[in-house]
Amino acid sequence: MDTFAALSQGLMVALQPMNLLFAFVGVMLGTAVGVLPGIGPALTVALLLPITFKLDPAGSLIMFAGIYYGGMYGGSTASILLNTPGESSSIVTALEGNKMARAGRGGPALATAAIGSFVAGTIATIGLALVAPTVVDLAISFGPEDYFALMVLAFTTVSAAFGSSVTRGLTSLFIGLALGLIGIDLQSGQARLSFGVPDLLDGVEVTTLAVALFAIGETLSVVAAGARADEIIEPVKGSVFMNKEDWKRSWKPWLRGTFLGFPIGAMPAGGAEIPTFLSYALEKRLCRKPDEFGNGAIEGVAGPEAANNAAAAGVLVPLLTLGLPTSATAAIMLAGFQQYGMNPGPLLFATNPDLVWGLIASLFIANGMLLVLNLPLVGLWVRLLAIPRPWLYGGILVFATLGTLGANPSLVELGMLLVFGLLGYVLRRYDYPIAPVVVGLILGPLAEQQLRRALAISVGDPVVLFQSPVALTLYALSALALFGPLLFYVITGRKAPVGGDED
Amino acid sequence: MSDPRPVSTHGPDKARFVIAFALAVLSLVIGWDAWRLSGINSYSAVGPEVFPALIAAGLALLALANAVEAVREGAQDRPRDEIVPMAWVLAGLIGQIVLLAFGAGFALATGWLFAATAKGFGKGPLWGHFLAGAAMCFLIYVVFAKGLQLALPAGPLERLI
Repeated sequence: MDTFAALSQGLMVALQPMNLLFAFVGVMLGTAVGVLPGIGPALTVALLLPITFKLDPAGSLIMFAGIYYGGMYGGSTASILLNTPGESSSIVTALEGNKMARAGRGGPALATAAIGSFVAGTIATIGLALVAPTVVDLAISFGPEDYFALMVLAFTTVSAAFGSSVTRGLTSLFIGLALGLIGIDLQSGQARLSFGVPDLLDGVEVTTLAVALFAIGETLSVVAAGARADEIIEPVKGSVFMNKEDWKRSWKPWLRGTFLGFPIGAMPAGGAEIPTFLSYALEKRLCRKPDEFGNGAIEGVAGPEAANNAAAAGVLVPLLTLGLPTSATAAIMLAGFQQYGMNPGPLLFATNPDLVWGLIASLFIANGMLLVLNLPLVGLWVRLLAIPRPWLYGGILVFATLGTLGANPSLVELGMLLVFGLLGYVLRRYDYPIAPVVVGLILGPLAEQQLRRALAISVGDPVVLFQSPVALTLYALSALALFGPLLFYVITGRKAPVGGDED
Repeated sequence: MSDPRPVSTHGPDKARFVIAFALAVLSLVIGWDAWRLSGINSYSAVGPEVFPALIAAGLALLALANAVEAVREGAQDRPRDEIVPMAWVLAGLIGQIVLLAFGAGFALATGWLFAATAKGFGKGPLWGHFLAGAAMCFLIYVVFAKGLQLALPAGPLERLI
C-alpha cells in the first residue's frame, strides 16, 4: 500500500531526535498555554506561531502538531476543573466534567478525557492517513470553479454553525472578507483599501487578527464583566486513576465519540462542537444510569472528549488535502503553512510528501506523548489554573503583543492589534461569533483567486461557475446550510439547535 | 461568556442599529474603492474591483438584515460593562504604543502594559507591577532576541546587553 509506505516514511521524519524534541516542546507549550483559563486552541496556536518563525518548515509544523493537540488537551483540563470552557467544543465536557470534579471525582474525569482523547486521536489520525490520499486524487480533478464552490460551502457552513443566528454568522464572515481585501491585489498590482498607509499594503496578518480578537477581545470582555465572572477551581481530590467500573463505562463512549467526530470534522462543513453535542445526546440516551447525567456521569465526559479530538484530526483532512480551513484553529495553521510559502492542497502531497506525512506521523507521536506526560503532570497544570487573574491577563497581553512585535516590529501592527481587539470585544458583547472573521480573512483572498481564475478561463462569462456537477452539488449543500435552520424552524416550529462560538 | 439569555423588552435594539450602520458605512467605503479601481485599466479578464464589489453588496444586505433583526428581536437587557477597568487595559495598550514610539524599548513599554492590565483587574500597586513587569519583559527580550532572533524594539535598557 502506498499510504503505508508514505506513512512509514513520515514516521522516519518524525522520529528524528530533533523532531521528537520539537514535538515534545510543542506538546508541553500547547498544554501549558491551553490550560490557562479563557485560552482555547486557536489562541494557543496563534500565540505560539511566532516562536516557530525561525525553525525549518518540517520542525515547525511538527511542533505545531504538538501545540494543536496539547492545546486541545489543556482546554479540556481547564473546563473540567474550572467550568470555563475556553472553546465551545469543550462546553459539553465542562457540563459533566465539572460536576464530577465537584463530587471529588476530578481525577477520573481528567483520566477518561486524556485516555479518550488518545484513543480518538489515534483512530482519527489513522482515518486521516487513509482518507487523505483519496481526497487528494479527487481534488486533482477539481477546476477553479469547483474550488470556488467549495470555499463558498466552507463560508456558509462556518457562518451557520457558529453563533446564535445566521445573520450574525454571515456578518462576522463578511467583516473577515472585507479585511481580506486590504493590501496589494496580486494579479493587477493595485493597492486596495490601504488609504496610502504603507503598512497596509501587505494586508492584515491572520495571526495579528486572531490574537487581537481572541486575546485582547477576551481580556476586554472579562475585565469589563468585573465581579460577574468569578471562577472557582475545583481541587483534584483522590486518585487520578480510573477504577474498573470507570473503564467499563468509558470505552464504548470513546469509540462512539470517535466515529461521530471524525467524519463530521472531515467534511468541509467542519467544526468540532456539533459532534460533541451529538455524542453527549447519544450517551445520555444509551446510558444505563440516565439520572446520573447532569450530576457527573463519566460517559458524558468520555464521549464528547473523544468526539472533540476526533473532529480536531478530521478538520486536518480538508485543511491538508484541499487547503480549506473549517475552524479558526485550522485557519491559523494555514497561515503557518503560508509563512513558509507552502499552500496546503493536493499539490503539497506531491511536492512535499516528507513534510505532509511527517506532520501526520507526528500527530501520532504528539498523541502518545500527551498520554504519557499529562496525567502525571496534572498537579502542574492545576497550579497554572490558579494564577491570579490580574497576572494571568497581564501575561496574556504581554505575550500577545510580544508575538505581534516578533512577527512584524511595527507600531502600525500594534495599532491594528488594538483596533481588532476592540472589534473582538464588540463582537463578543453583541453575540457575534469570532471564528468566521478569521476564516473569512484567510479564505477570502483564496476564493477570489479561484473565482478570477475560473472567469479568466471563460473570458469573463459567469455561467462557467454553475456548469460543473461538483460545483452545483456544493452550492446545493451551501444553500442547505444557510436555509436549513430556517426550514427546521418552519417545519417543526422550533429554533434549530445551533452551536456556540468556537474560540 | 456565560451571561444569562438577554430578556427582550420593547423598542428596537439600539446597539445592533449602530452595528448595522457601521456595516453600511463599511459597504460604502469598499464600494467606493471598487469604483475607484474599476476606473484603472487592467489587463486581466476580471479586474481587481469585482470581488470587492461583491463584498460591498453583501455587507449592504447584511446591514439591512441586522437592522431588521434589531427591530424584530427588540431591545435587549445586557449586563452593564464596567468602564474604569476597561479604560485601564486600553490605557495599557495605548501607552505601550506611545512608549515604543518614543523609543522606550520593549521592556519598559510592555512593563507598563502589564502594570496597567493588573491595575484594571484590581491589583496594585502600579509601580511595583511596572518594575516587576519590566524585569520580566527584559528577560523575555533576552530570550527572544538572542535565542530566537526575533527583532523586538530596543530601548536604553535593551542596549545595555
